[in-house]
Amino acid sequence: MSLAPEVLPADPGTVVGKPRRTEKSRPGKKKSRSQWVKRLLCYGILVPGSILFVAPFAWLISASFQDMGSMFSYPPQWVPEDPTLNGYTTFLGVGGDDASQSAQSSDAWRWFANSAFVATAVTVLQLFFNSLAAYAFAKRQFPGRDLIFMLFLGTMMIPGQVTLIPNYLALKHIPFFGGNDMFGQGGHGWLDSYYGLILPGAVSAFGIFLLRQYMLSIPNDLLDAARIDGASEFRIFWRVVLPLCGPVLAATGIFTFTYAWEDFFWPLIIISSPELYTAPLGLALFVVKNRTAWDVLMAGSVIATLPMIAVFMIFQRKFIQGISMSGLKG
Amino acid sequence: MTSTADAARRPTRKRGPRRTLSRMRREWSAYLFLSPGLLLFSVFTVFALLFAFYLTFTEWSIIQPERPFVGLDNYSRMIEDERFRRSVINTAYYTGATVPLTMGIGLLIAILLNQPIRARGFFRTLYFLPVVTPFVVVAIIWKWLYNSDYGLFNYYLLKTHLITEPLLWLSDKDLAMPAVVLMSVWSGVGFSMVIYLAGLQSIPQELYEAARIDGAGAWSQLRHITIPMLAPTTLFLMVMGIIGSFQVFTQIFIMTNGGPVDRTTTMVFYIYEAAFKFYEMGYASTLAYALFAMLFVFTLIQLRMYRRAE
Repeated sequence: MSLAPEVLPADPGTVVGKPRRTEKSRPGKKKSRSQWVKRLLCYGILVPGSILFVAPFAWLISASFQDMGSMFSYPPQWVPEDPTLNGYTTFLGVGGDDASQSAQSSDAWRWFANSAFVATAVTVLQLFFNSLAAYAFAKRQFPGRDLIFMLFLGTMMIPGQVTLIPNYLALKHIPFFGGNDMFGQGGHGWLDSYYGLILPGAVSAFGIFLLRQYMLSIPNDLLDAARIDGASEFRIFWRVVLPLCGPVLAATGIFTFTYAWEDFFWPLIIISSPELYTAPLGLALFVVKNRTAWDVLMAGSVIATLPMIAVFMIFQRKFIQGISMSGLKG
Repeated sequence: MTSTADAARRPTRKRGPRRTLSRMRREWSAYLFLSPGLLLFSVFTVFALLFAFYLTFTEWSIIQPERPFVGLDNYSRMIEDERFRRSVINTAYYTGATVPLTMGIGLLIAILLNQPIRARGFFRTLYFLPVVTPFVVVAIIWKWLYNSDYGLFNYYLLKTHLITEPLLWLSDKDLAMPAVVLMSVWSGVGFSMVIYLAGLQSIPQELYEAARIDGAGAWSQLRHITIPMLAPTTLFLMVMGIIGSFQVFTQIFIMTNGGPVDRTTTMVFYIYEAAFKFYEMGYASTLAYALFAMLFVFTLIQLRMYRRAE
């Protein structure tokens, strides 16, 4: 959220480029032996390293198919001897042995639906609002433009914790909502609501900055031609500028979505009703409250991770591009 | 409707309120474009910042109707607050350990993955997986791994006779922070790796070829070409890493809850406690501004370094 634009790598696009292969195509067989040693050394570090990196996932997936008894068994079972779907069914509230656990976790579907809804809404709104503002900054001349733009930029490195408390208080006192009167007193306002989850994240100074930089490269002649043809400003924005911003919209959109999906701090603070929990909040509070139901928790963790992994696998290039542009993870 | 090109060409010699006003009227649609973003930004950032600043001079509790103005009391309290000092030390410890380790390991893996080897994309994906895993899930997995009775760490360490009795990890006051650091390094290496990989690919190959002709070995190529050429990337990762680490919260909340005996109470965790456990909004805002001030100083220093590196 808080970022210093000056320190971005010059061209985020290079992130996904393939490494050059000049080494490989070099002629001559003299080096083959030292090459061999080098390669062996590479694999010697990479393979054990990747096993260490993947082991916690493997354990998570394996544990999610075990009952509590075998999860606690020594030695640990990497391949479940007696696989069970109990964790999943209990987590999703579709049955399971322990009725009380099932009752506690029957909101799980709801958490995921909430996360999906909130993340989608934040992404759509942010892309729309960011690109509108970016268009004004990049392609329009109006009094106060540079001043407002500097104001946006200047706040990018402010940590979210500074605005956290006033935002909490501001949401609490939104008039006419959540039982508040017209002076914002008496109720809880937008706390504990979808508005509170979505709106503070519906615009991002950094997103505006990235989009503006990208729009600056669109030739003005193109816009002028559309103006001569009588297109309205919004039509120019919507039909000419926006389609040209495809790559940067995709990259920032994917990142915004994942960020909103995994955001934890903000929901933790403003949400109190279980039916409004997002997936990370639900899981985290599940840990805090049901310290013993590890099988259910592991299943829930797998389910919460799957959408992220799916998004990553599908949009791998864009994803890495987006994350390296925005440079920060929850 | 005036075109942008027109507006740019028009001489702006005459200035004055009337002229500005007429230009504003002419460009009204630009303000319309700006309005949704500007509205949200004004409320949730500009107003919030000013209001937070005001809060630092008050004793503001959501449960008390009175919110007296207390001047600099919150600041003097902060300076004497033992827990605040503790939280700064913990945050510095966490940052000082996590950022260099994450960057170092990320650089090592990036260099290896930049070699002509098989399954490069596959390895890259494996190392990147922890980055796309929700942080809450990462914290849950690792909490289990660290469990002193049935966690995998103790199991394998005992089995290989590296330790003779189970370690308490997250409940041991000297091990809790290193345990959180290890977890954070695991989840952050993939990010450093990807950024370093991009940096490595932008180094001109001619430099290496020239060095080889001059007889430079792999080590001196690394020392005299790769690392200096990666300086901007390193600085970028350092800025990002420090900003991110100073705001560490999720791991702490799930894994240790600030304990044992405040050994893992970081600044943001302390802010959270002050605001939403003790409802001291004024004091919590003061703490948040202290965090802001530290990050600000850090960023300025780093930007200066960055300019020099360029």
